[in-house]
Amino acid sequence: MSYPADFKYTKDHEWVKIDGANAKVGITDYAQKQLGDVVYLELPQVGRTLKKGEVFGTIESVKAVSELYSPVDGEVTEIHSDLVQHPETVNKDPHGSWMIAMKVTGGQDGLLDSGAYTDLTK
Amino acid sequence: MTQATPGTLKKTPLHARHRALGARMVEFGGWDMPVEYSGIVDEHMAVRTRGGLFDVSHMGEIEIAGADALKAVQHITSNDASRLAINQIQYSALTTPQGTFVDDVLTYRIADDHFMLVVNASNIVKDFHWIAAHVKEVGGDAAAVNTSSRYALIALQGPVAKDVLQSLTGVDLSAMKYYWFGTGEVAGVRVTISRTGYTGEDGFEVFVPPSAAERVWDAILQAGKSAGVIPAGLGARDTLRLEASMRLYGNDMDETTTVVEADLGWIVGWKKDEFLGHDVLKRQKAEGAPRKLVGFEMLERAIARHGYDAYIGGEKAGVVTSGTQTPFLKKAIGMAYLPTDRTAPGTEFEVDIRGRRLKAAVVPMPFYKRAK
Repeated sequence: MSYPADFKYTKDHEWVKIDGANAKVGITDYAQKQLGDVVYLELPQVGRTLKKGEVFGTIESVKAVSELYSPVDGEVTEIHSDLVQHPETVNKDPHGSWMIAMKVTGGQDGLLDSGAYTDLTK
Repeated sequence: MTQATPGTLKKTPLHARHRALGARMVEFGGWDMPVEYSGIVDEHMAVRTRGGLFDVSHMGEIEIAGADALKAVQHITSNDASRLAINQIQYSALTTPQGTFVDDVLTYRIADDHFMLVVNASNIVKDFHWIAAHVKEVGGDAAAVNTSSRYALIALQGPVAKDVLQSLTGVDLSAMKYYWFGTGEVAGVRVTISRTGYTGEDGFEVFVPPSAAERVWDAILQAGKSAGVIPAGLGARDTLRLEASMRLYGNDMDETTTVVEADLGWIVGWKKDEFLGHDVLKRQKAEGAPRKLVGFEMLERAIARHGYDAYIGGEKAGVVTSGTQTPFLKKAIGMAYLPTDRTAPGTEFEVDIRGRRLKAAVVPMPFYKRAK
């Protein structure tokens, strides 16, 4: 699976799609492969303020628990509640499975583009 | 994420096959092992509904032979090995003088005066030293040999296991009862076949010379292809055994937990005069142990994991030893040690899941039992 060029990426394997002041956040194909079958997703309350690198939730596969890290500074404006009900979708369509929507207030420096992220996962 | 250092890890004779099949490999008990091929859920469901093929060559074999072999086995293990006929198998514990687990083992009676213990991979060296020392203590004519490197071990598990394996062997598998074994050929290779497993399904474990492991593995996969047999890794093995309520050494019991506390009184030969730890176990059976291993289900949406604390009435009361979201039952289940007076089915308690205390309830085990 290729990494969309209009996304940015973190070294912790989150993706963020920034559109003006709004962003959507998910985890990458590499991350879902490492996790294996996803069975549980815990997301924050709408309105929560996040710093770049702060834990915003938890994702669990059959085998393991991983934390989710915010790729930017901002405020949570929406959570993807359908995905919480069907977390296995993350395995099938990781780059279509956004988890939270944010109002971005900063922290966009240091994100990787798709080429740099692809190199990281090789 | 921790990267394994494959150079220092042991490899089974099927290692190249796992790589070729695209398995994701992990370190387990000092071995570089396949954790999953197509995915844990897919492999788990295949074993429950069709068949799965596992490489469990990392398991160890320790043989005890000599005129006094039975006496030695009776001294070091909890179950009553005198009740084993030749070609019969029993689940047992290798016990400390405190009645706790050095390991859990399968005891195979190969001949009147020859036994084989199948032991956990991470315990092979510890078990062998323990057994050798205690066999010597018994005295007489008995000696222990670590024969682990003589066998690859391949497990075919699931409802189609018997028909698929039967197509490759002249051994009459229908005549082989659960927890019995025999010898014969599979795909032209001389093997030992035992009707055992660690999944809660019908199935067989095949002891193969390492040099012929690939040949037997390939033949079973090929013969099972049309019936839907797929390779399955340690991930599915763990979720399958937990659903079937089979204990995992190092998780559910170890050198700090007794056989009675692990609720495995049925693997103790209570009529035996003596074995290591028998006085402690007999006392715990009569007077009750302070804690007991139970099965539980989460009542709130969350997954309890190994090592999470259990609380009753705001007080720490025990610990979760195994837990997962099970693919077949689709529930968050687990095992935990709780105070014995709080282990009746239906008893509610809380699990500390990363700082949140969420409700769970004791349920009877096994969680899953196959239809006969």
